[in-house]
Amino acid sequence: MNTPHNRSDAEHLDRLFRSESAQAVAALARRFNDFDRAEDAVQDAYVIALQRWPAERIPRNPSGWISTVARNCAIDRLRRERVGAGKHELLADAQTIAAAGDHFEEPAMDDRLAMIFAACHPALSLDTRMALTLRYAAGLTVGEIAGALLAEVPAIAQRLVRAKRKIREAHIPISVPDDAVLPQRLEDVLRVLYLIFNEGYASLTHASRVRADLCDEALRLVALLEILLPAEPEVAGLHALMLFHDARRSTRVDENDDPVLLEDQDRSKWDTRKIMRGLTLLESALRHEHVGSYQVQAAIAAEHARAETWESTNWFRIRHWYDALYAIEPSPVVALNRAVAVGYTDGAEAALREIDAVIDAPELQGYPPLHASRAEFLRRLGRDAEARAQYLRALDFSQSEPERRFINKRLVSLSP
Amino acid sequence: MQYVCLIYEDGKPRDRLDPDAVQKMYEEYGKLGQEAAQKGVMRGGNELTGVSSATSVRLRDGRRLVTDGPFAETKEVLTGFMIFECASLDEALDWASKIPSAKWGTIEVRPVVEHAAQPV
Repeated sequence: MNTPHNRSDAEHLDRLFRSESAQAVAALARRFNDFDRAEDAVQDAYVIALQRWPAERIPRNPSGWISTVARNCAIDRLRRERVGAGKHELLADAQTIAAAGDHFEEPAMDDRLAMIFAACHPALSLDTRMALTLRYAAGLTVGEIAGALLAEVPAIAQRLVRAKRKIREAHIPISVPDDAVLPQRLEDVLRVLYLIFNEGYASLTHASRVRADLCDEALRLVALLEILLPAEPEVAGLHALMLFHDARRSTRVDENDDPVLLEDQDRSKWDTRKIMRGLTLLESALRHEHVGSYQVQAAIAAEHARAETWESTNWFRIRHWYDALYAIEPSPVVALNRAVAVGYTDGAEAALREIDAVIDAPELQGYPPLHASRAEFLRRLGRDAEARAQYLRALDFSQSEPERRFINKRLVSLSP
Repeated sequence: MQYVCLIYEDGKPRDRLDPDAVQKMYEEYGKLGQEAAQKGVMRGGNELTGVSSATSVRLRDGRRLVTDGPFAETKEVLTGFMIFECASLDEALDWASKIPSAKWGTIEVRPVVEHAAQPV
């Protein structure tokens, strides 16, 4: 194929190269335990691709081409460093490499997995883990990450530089952890993926499409992880949980970007394909009989997802799952959420008793849902004056404008 | 590469724990030292005397400034260190989490800079 090298071709080539080079970066980073070395080599391969791809043809297996050429470039760089010269003509060497033909090795999925575990290593800060995962596991550009995380481009670039330095200097291994520590390390990975998903989901408005992409990236990553670690039911559990949330994506906010409560959402607009997929995933995960927090959270979300109307919600099953969740994670936040379910199974008085049992927990101080749920149950019991005071407390702590509008609507509905 | 595990504790355990617990702790430290030596990763380490015997020195404009106590007053103080030879941070973290004081204090794991050997 001999096409003129115009602007759109260049863009196409750039996009293709970028989407196909994640594998090569992962393989080389793993081999040298050094991201910079891997990126430099892939950059060398890009220069060669710019020359050869438009002039000849795009290889049948671009990912394999990039992996092979970049690996040879990396070896070449090492050799030059050892000689101490560095004046070699890069392209001259590369001609012989690229002449190797179409016999390129198949990318090893293990490299991608090693990359995800390194990016989510607990020795790095959570912010850093998110940025690294988006950059090296999802393949986003620094600009895209900055846009999605509402940060400045130089700040993200700096964060990545520091992270790569720590990985190199402290020898954070770019490898799949041993079986002994795998469960704990997997928890760290799942936490980062869920954070990425929530970062997109929580801030979902009609105006912020960029951030919604974070949900898609998290879904893609958890699906990849599921292929790589098929024996881990928590991966499928998190995947199902994300799918149930994502199925409701379009109904969560109204045209003014105000949040719509679950009970008021238009269920006919929920994505049934995603819900069915989530249900299948969850069912097969639960068959492992190794229940974890994500599977239980998915089971709760599944009960909501499969209820055709708000009224037909099976609160007894939801409460059962909240009991299971509390057994795994006995935190005041879980207790608060369980209290809401109790409100439907045993009534508002019982729910209030459960909320009041955790009301002094330090984790819940300044947590708007505590006051909002308590106010809601007081309202249902007709204790309007107390409900009003409690809604006002919720307003004190709420940081989100749509949430404040919602609370104000509730306040207006109360009898004076 | 070498990793120094800096052991920070809320005062000296000797001053806090009862004698039996102190003895048990030293036994655990002894076992860890033996295990690390047998596996060939032990590169040194020791317990430090209390911060009350610490002295800080700084050189400013050629003048030596000597002051009593550690450089920074914090609740957790450096009470000892161990050095392990490990292939990766994960290995170093495995050893660090075996240090008895990890159960109540904090172990800061710091890689040692590998300076290129100078020609003799």
